[in-house]
Amino acid sequence: MIAVVQFGGSNCDRDAVRALSDLGFEAERVWHEDPLPEETTGIVLPGGFSYGDYLRGGAMAARSPIMKSVREAAAEGVPVLGVCNGAQIGCESGLTPGAFTTNASARFQCEHVYLRVENADTRWTAAYEEGEVIELPIAHGEGRFELDADGYEELEADDRILFRYCDEDGTVTDEANPNGSLGNVAGILGDSESIAVLMPHPERASLPQLGNTDGRGVLAGFEG
Amino acid sequence: MTTYTATVTVRLKRGVLDPEAETTKRALERLGFELDALRFTERYEVDLDAADADEAEARADEMAERLLANPTIHDYEVAVVEA
Repeated sequence: MIAVVQFGGSNCDRDAVRALSDLGFEAERVWHEDPLPEETTGIVLPGGFSYGDYLRGGAMAARSPIMKSVREAAAEGVPVLGVCNGAQIGCESGLTPGAFTTNASARFQCEHVYLRVENADTRWTAAYEEGEVIELPIAHGEGRFELDADGYEELEADDRILFRYCDEDGTVTDEANPNGSLGNVAGILGDSESIAVLMPHPERASLPQLGNTDGRGVLAGFEG
Repeated sequence: MTTYTATVTVRLKRGVLDPEAETTKRALERLGFELDALRFTERYEVDLDAADADEAEARADEMAERLLANPTIHDYEVAVVEA
């Protein structure tokens, strides 16, 4: 069962459950004050505005008690996917390196973006080809990826960058970077391949009725 | 035990883009002010009881390390005075 952790202020938890269910997964929402169910085989940290984005996006949720269980599960190899606010929570909790902070535009960016698949050799990207361009929606005010130079070098060397913002043809340019992210980074892996975070919303592009199913491949990563 | 006020000042590391400060700077310029640069800091004032100033500072330092600042993008400093 995939646990979609619902914090106060999460708002993509239902979307995640619906999209995962459509893919054939058993998924349900788990309130952050409840324990993680024993039968948890995967964890989604969904998008939204947990704790009203107080202090920094994800800062409060990252220190909530359920995150201790999430970190323990992650350490045991349970796959964890953080989307948008969930990506901020992932970085704030140390599951993934770096930080997602205020967009360079200082504006909330709500639009469709193109992403280039940088590494197709992970459970989260196996449905795609390396270099393939997919389209996903973003909706965030704090999505600019920041990391110190050494950390970024390590991330690149370890091939832990999953997606970069690009133009329709797959070229990574400043113009295609919606938030000023370092290296146009949109999604990364944690210390282990089973942990991934990304700012764009695969769950919002996973049902045919929505006109775009490019995000299904990311969610299919829970199959392992 | 003595009551202290620990002031934790959190600021972006040098070189980290600060879009809110940039936007504020432009707004000041629109109002006719001349300025070279503008930086934001966040300041937290924490009242706490401690045996001495060193203990108060150590505790405030840990608060900054574990929550108030994000070490990826922030530097911080702690100053302690008797309340």
